[in-house]
Amino acid sequence: MAYSFDIPSSKNKLRLMRKFVTDVLYSHNIPEIEVNMMVLAVDEVCANIIIHGLQSNPLESVRLNIKFEASGVWFEIVDKGDTFDIVNYNEPNLEDLIKKKNKGGIGIMLVKKIMDDIELQSTSDGNKLRMFKKLEA
Amino acid sequence: MININRIEENNYLLIAVEGDADASSAINLDKAIRDAFDEHHQNILIDCTNLNYISSAGLGVFMSYIEEISTNSVNFILFGLSEKVLKVFAILGLDQLLTIKENKEEAQKALNGI
Repeated sequence: MAYSFDIPSSKNKLRLMRKFVTDVLYSHNIPEIEVNMMVLAVDEVCANIIIHGLQSNPLESVRLNIKFEASGVWFEIVDKGDTFDIVNYNEPNLEDLIKKKNKGGIGIMLVKKIMDDIELQSTSDGNKLRMFKKLEA
Repeated sequence: MININRIEENNYLLIAVEGDADASSAINLDKAIRDAFDEHHQNILIDCTNLNYISSAGLGVFMSYIEEISTNSVNFILFGLSEKVLKVFAILGLDQLLTIKENKEEAQKALNGI
C-alpha cells in the first residue's frame, strides 16, 4: 500500500500532514504510541525542510510518500530546497544545549532515535529522504 | 494550534497547555513560561492534561529552562502528561531532567514537600 500527501511550505500546515500520517498509520492498526513516534519523526524532518531548506517559500511544497512493506514502513520525503545532510550531521551534545539554554538542536536527535534507517539522495532535481521504521509482526 | 491559560492559585502559578506544541506554536508556550520566570514565580505548575502533541520545538522550550529552574531554585512541575507525550520526553531523557508528576494532586504534594 502507498499513500501520498503534499505539504504546503508553511509551518502552520504541518498539523495537516500530521493528521494525514496519523490516519494512514491507524488504518494499518499501528498502536498509538508508535504512531505518535513516527508522526514526530516525519514532522521534525518536514519542519526542518520548510523552515531551512525552503525558507518557508509559500510557492514550494514537500511531497510525502508512505509505503508499507511486510517488515515495516517507509516514509519518503521529497523537496527541491537546499540540501540538509541529515545522515552525516554531527549531533550536538544535550548537556551543552541545556547549559546554553538552547531551544533548538534536538529535532534531528529525535528522528535518529526513532527511525531504524535513514537514507538521503540528493541530485540537481532535489532531495529525497527515505526513513524506515520496523513494525512489530 | 495551542491554547495556554494561566491561573494564579494559592501558592503557585498554573499554566495549562492545550493542543499541539509544534514548530509553529511552541513560541506561545515559551512566552508563557518566560513571563512566569520574569515575574519571579517560585512555584510553577504546568498542566499537560490536554497537551495532545509535542515536537522538538515544544521539548526545546522546556529544555531551555532547565538551567534557570536549577539556578533560581524554582519549583517547576509538569503533570497530566499522556503516555504518548511522556514517551516523547523520554526519548532524550528529558523526563529525568524535569520534574514530572502524574496528576495535579501529586504535583501539589511535591510542591508542599509531602
